[in-house]
Amino acid sequence: MAECHPVGFQWVMEAKARGATVIHVDPRYTRTSAVADLHVPLRAGTDIAFLGGIINYVIEHERYFRDYVIAYTNGPTLISEEFKDTEDLDGVFSGLDAEQRKYDFHSWEYQTGTVQAASGHREMEAEKAARHQERHRAEAAKSKTAHGESHGSGGAAVPGNADRDESMQDPRCVFQVLKRHFSRYTPEVVEQICGVPKELFLTVCETLSDNSGRDRTSAFCYAVGWTQHSVGVQYIRTAAILQLLLGNIGRPGGGILALRGHASIQGSTDIPTLFNLLPGYLPMPHAGVDVDLDTYVAGEETEKGFWGEMRSYMVSLLKAWWGDTATPENDFCYDYLPRISGSHSTYETVMAQLDGTCKGYFVVGENPAVGSANAKMQRLAMAKLDWLVVRDFSLIESATWWKDGPEIETGELETKDIATEVFFFPAAAHTEKNGSFTNTQRMLQWHHAAIEPPQHARSDLWFYYHLGRLIKAKLAGSSEAMDRPVQDLTWHYPTEGSIAEPSAEAVLAEINGYDADGTPLSSYEQLREDGSTACGCWIYTGCYRDGVNQAARRKPWREQSWVAPEWGWAWPANRRIIYNRASADPDGKPWSERKAYIWWDDDQARWIGHDVPDFDVHKSPWYRPPVGATAAEALSGVDPFVMQADGKAWLFAPTGLQDGPLPAHYEPQDSPFANLLYGQQRNPVRVVFSNRHNRLHPSPSEQGSSVFPYVLTTYRLTEHHTAGGMSRWQPYLAELQPEMFCEVHPELAKERELEHLGWATIVTARGVIEARVLVTERMAPITVQGRRIHQIGLPYHWGPNGYSRGDAANELAAIVLDPNVHIQEVKAFTGDIRPGRRPRGPASVALVEEYQRRAGITRSTGTEVRGGR
Amino acid sequence: MTKLPKWPVLEQLIGPDRLGRGKSVKSEHSEHLHARVSDADRVVKSVCPYCAVGCGQNVFVKDEKVVHIEGDPDSPVSRGRLCPKGSASLQLTTGEARRYEVLYRRPHASDFEVLDLDRAMDMVAERVIKTRRETWQWEQEGKRMRRTLGIASLGGATLDNEENYLMKKLYTAIGAIQIENQARI
Repeated sequence: MAECHPVGFQWVMEAKARGATVIHVDPRYTRTSAVADLHVPLRAGTDIAFLGGIINYVIEHERYFRDYVIAYTNGPTLISEEFKDTEDLDGVFSGLDAEQRKYDFHSWEYQTGTVQAASGHREMEAEKAARHQERHRAEAAKSKTAHGESHGSGGAAVPGNADRDESMQDPRCVFQVLKRHFSRYTPEVVEQICGVPKELFLTVCETLSDNSGRDRTSAFCYAVGWTQHSVGVQYIRTAAILQLLLGNIGRPGGGILALRGHASIQGSTDIPTLFNLLPGYLPMPHAGVDVDLDTYVAGEETEKGFWGEMRSYMVSLLKAWWGDTATPENDFCYDYLPRISGSHSTYETVMAQLDGTCKGYFVVGENPAVGSANAKMQRLAMAKLDWLVVRDFSLIESATWWKDGPEIETGELETKDIATEVFFFPAAAHTEKNGSFTNTQRMLQWHHAAIEPPQHARSDLWFYYHLGRLIKAKLAGSSEAMDRPVQDLTWHYPTEGSIAEPSAEAVLAEINGYDADGTPLSSYEQLREDGSTACGCWIYTGCYRDGVNQAARRKPWREQSWVAPEWGWAWPANRRIIYNRASADPDGKPWSERKAYIWWDDDQARWIGHDVPDFDVHKSPWYRPPVGATAAEALSGVDPFVMQADGKAWLFAPTGLQDGPLPAHYEPQDSPFANLLYGQQRNPVRVVFSNRHNRLHPSPSEQGSSVFPYVLTTYRLTEHHTAGGMSRWQPYLAELQPEMFCEVHPELAKERELEHLGWATIVTARGVIEARVLVTERMAPITVQGRRIHQIGLPYHWGPNGYSRGDAANELAAIVLDPNVHIQEVKAFTGDIRPGRRPRGPASVALVEEYQRRAGITRSTGTEVRGGR
Repeated sequence: MTKLPKWPVLEQLIGPDRLGRGKSVKSEHSEHLHARVSDADRVVKSVCPYCAVGCGQNVFVKDEKVVHIEGDPDSPVSRGRLCPKGSASLQLTTGEARRYEVLYRRPHASDFEVLDLDRAMDMVAERVIKTRRETWQWEQEGKRMRRTLGIASLGGATLDNEENYLMKKLYTAIGAIQIENQARI
């Protein structure tokens, strides 16, 4: 955190100054470790084992926050008798379809119906059950489409009437299932998987437990060190389970804080440039399932919670996009939406480019030629395009690969053979445009244009507005049915200044939403399903409340409370800590005075406190929903997790995840070790691509695995940004970090004759790079299962262009994806290292092929579903 | 009597500023130096464009040029601080490596050529329409698709919400679905 989010880290240091303990868990020693109370190096790719071990400790030593767990989590909820755990099936869960490489989640469900529904409501329950089954079929059809992401602002659907055992003693209640599942994650196992000595591990367990409960809270911070794995989502799930057991969610000083790496990466998820989502985490319609608005809504909305109003959100979005054309008679133009039919993620798109399906590509402030996993495949895919548009500040590698990319040097591509047309458009800087970024805390902050962009530099707002205007004008006279959604699209934004820049504030107003009179809405609770409201992103409603740009509010921090609610605007409804109802006990009183945040005030008969309550402010803690209530009304006064279908936080996820309702430790795709916990080596439903440029390494038991003996891990440096597009062209930053390097321990340097400041060549089955050698004890070797294993650190900022140059670490990484979100595994893989510079020209391709031969790699290596140890 | 030259060591020895911390060590040159922010025409409130912490920035403008960027002390996020990247954002926005012209590479050509912006916009619009026509899918395996798999997009995490919104809106209307950004990477 001190490396990559240094200014955010000032708050960790503030906490430390007030007595907080800072624990840093990371394979490498960094600026964070330097100031932490405890640095815990571990083997890259083993965090589920580490966190699972803490879960086991917390349960076994009864250190969990029992009142919180019973009241606010699904710990007491009973799970279907059909459910079989990894304990029962040697490392996989029930429902695995090995042929289809996916799970059927049917057996992971809550148990319903043993508690008899109230008299007179049985028919209704039966109807609900039938609807629920229908819904399961739809979910199954969408299982490979990163559908879980549509729960980004709330949970997946479950029946609202599941059976519970408040004593959490029933062997089929979530708590007991969880206890059994993690019972084998002992300190001894943690030591043998992660390489963390037992005493050090127990110190972490005790420190964390001591600092959690009524009076104290602990926070977890993570970055892509947790997401870039074939089990990335389950890493975060493990942390969520732990934090819920400790009662650290929805409370001040608690939480799991994702430290995201781009100014508006949160915003680009909320208002998604993502294939599977519409704004506000509404899913893209799926072909053959979501055939009309009714089936679409029925497939997604929940009986309980705020997703129960999904139809209003969707109709309002369609009204924002197709205006007066969208009417109840034509399903509000629902049919204008294109359908997804599987995964169309950026990596599947690369495959579609290689096979010629995808012919045109816009690359906007992104640098896949060096920044995405398997950089070679990214470039080879672009070489198949008819046309490519790159919008950036400078000539990044994604704009110039056709004349100076690595494949030109190796002879794999020749410039004159590449038919791709390339357009480079210079981008405007943040100082030259109005607009909002959503930071990692869900807070929108407006940046004001200081000047107009010079010459032909333009904002992306300008580019897309005018591109849309031109396309609309060219298609205005068309009578083709396919052109109707373009012709009817609302596209009336006022423009300003000498370059006709569209008004960003007008776009924000549309995102916020307005009623039939055009008056800005102030809350998503005002959205209606009858078409009387329009709203571009329902979770952002309120950001333009009263016609005021709330994101541009800048009341200095000294002049307001410590929550600083009048700086910017956080979704939803300007709440700074979500699910903050959980900061009070079931009766509405703060768990402790020290940790008071919001509470129920009897005199005023409402919730009050330091933040906007994430709860109906007038719903008392003693409210219980009437039988038959739906949506928000069905949430009781003790259901803090208002976006969840059952109002509870999930220790066990009965639906919504592709690879299991509980996290299990699997080894990374490329790993030098067999899985010590199960007969299952890798995540059985990880996404693999069999392509000759994407070869995978042998399993540890296979003969060739010793060809790639070292663990490789990638990371960022303070002085650079992602794939370098915004940092390798800045002289200050280039001077601070002038070229690509690798970090190796002195022992490894000796073992492989690597010289400090000399060159090293690093090889995998995908590619070969060279890097300067930094010999340092920061990359400590790990002793696991009787073997001493070295880890090699690779910052991934580089490419051949700019002032600061070097080979891209992404040449080495395979495209192997997490099945939930389709993010690539680049935080833990294996490779070899040798002294000296890499070969030039065709010899570099030959070297990779030689390694593949030596390791006995074929197209099926590492692609198994079951087993693989 | 001729005036002694303004010699710092002498000033320090004979003047009141014996510790050499003030007036005595100023040369004529340094006396006239002043902060470039002090004569800016205006200060514009902004946000750092690098990571997702969202540090506040003050952007100083003189003669319609950005002359300085520094941390905004009012921000409850950053209290005036910036990291090395944020501190280098003046170079990001005004540095020599920035391009200001549209470049175009013809099929099979060995280099870029400069292209007029309006012409380039028109060419891209034409290509979108043509590719969309050629790759349009009403149906696949009997299921309604109403889409094109011919056009993809990558990017958005460094852009503004309003920009992402227009992108998603336009792409969806033209039926393009392979719309992705750094959030998945």
